[in-house]
Amino acid sequence: MSDDSRPAIRRDAAGIAAYAAAFGASFGAVSVASGLSVWQTMVLSLVMFSGASQFALVGVIGSGGAGLAAVPTALLLGVRNAFYGVPLTRILGRRSLAGPRRLVTAQLVIDETTAMAVGHDERPAQRYAFWVTGVLLFLLWNAGTLAGAVGGSAIGDPATLGLDAMIPAAFLALLWPRLRTAEGRWVAAGGALVATVLIPLVPAGVPVLATAPIAVVAGLLPRREATR
Amino acid sequence: MTDIWVAVVVASVGCYLLKLAGVSLPPSVLERDDVQRVAAMLPVAMLAGLVAVELFDDAGALGLDLRLLAGVAAGVVALLLRQSFLVVIIVAAATTALLRALT
Repeated sequence: MSDDSRPAIRRDAAGIAAYAAAFGASFGAVSVASGLSVWQTMVLSLVMFSGASQFALVGVIGSGGAGLAAVPTALLLGVRNAFYGVPLTRILGRRSLAGPRRLVTAQLVIDETTAMAVGHDERPAQRYAFWVTGVLLFLLWNAGTLAGAVGGSAIGDPATLGLDAMIPAAFLALLWPRLRTAEGRWVAAGGALVATVLIPLVPAGVPVLATAPIAVVAGLLPRREATR
Repeated sequence: MTDIWVAVVVASVGCYLLKLAGVSLPPSVLERDDVQRVAAMLPVAMLAGLVAVELFDDAGALGLDLRLLAGVAAGVVALLLRQSFLVVIIVAAATTALLRALT
C-alpha cells in the first residue's frame, strides 16, 4: 500500500465512526424508551454489534412482543453478516483468522467494515480499512449508545420527542437502498402486506418472522427460470 | 425483566455466532448462488415487515397513529432528497414530536 492511502482511509473511517456515534446515541435512546435497561442496551451494542438486528430486537420488544419472539427476527437480520465472511476471509488472510484472533475479527464483520474493505484494491489497504473502521466504529458506536441510553433514561415520555417514529424511519432508511431493483420492491411490498395482515391474528413478533419465507421464495424462483 | 435479559443474551450471542460462522465455514457453503440470493432478500422482506408492524400494530390490533405516519412520511421525503440516515430519522422524530405538541 502506498503510504498516502492510509490518511485517506483513516479520514473515511473517522467519518463513518462519528456518524455511528450519533446513530448509536439514537439507538440507546430508543432502546431504553422501548423498555430495556441501560445494561441490556449496552450488551446489545457490545455483543450483538449490528444496527439492524439491534433496532429490530428493541422494536419487537417495544411493541409488546414477548422477549423471545424478538430473537429470531434479530438473528435472521444478522444472517447477512455471515455472508460478508466470504470476501473478508480472502481479504484478511490467515493471520487475522488464526486462533483467538478469529474471535475478535468476527465481531467486526458488519456492513460498514465490509464496504470499506472491499472498496479498496490492494490487499494491505483493504486490511487497514477493515481494522481501522472496525475498531473506531466499535468504540464510538458503544460510546454513543451509552450516552443515548443514559440520556434517554432521563427523558420522561419518549413519545413527546417522537422517539417512536425513529424506529420505523430507521428500518425504512436501511431498506431504501435495497428498493432499487424491481425484485427488491416486490419482496418489500410482499413483506409489508404479509406482516400487516397478520398483526391482529398472531402474537407480536410473529408477523415479521412470517415475511422470511417470501425472501426464500424470491431467492429461489426467478434465477432458475432465467437459466432455463 | 428476566424475559428481556434472555432475549438480549440469546440474540446477541446468536448474532455473534453468525459472524463467526461466516469467517469459519468453508466458502463453498456460503458461495452457492441460491443461498446468497435468499440471504440478500431476507433483510428486504423483514425490514419491510418491521416498518409495517411499527406503523400499523396498535397493541395487537390494526391501528394507525397519524402523527407517527406523518413523521415517517417526512422521513421518506428526506430519503427522496438523498439525505443521510441520521437526517432521515431525526426529521421523522421531529415531525412526529411537533405534531404531538400541536394536537
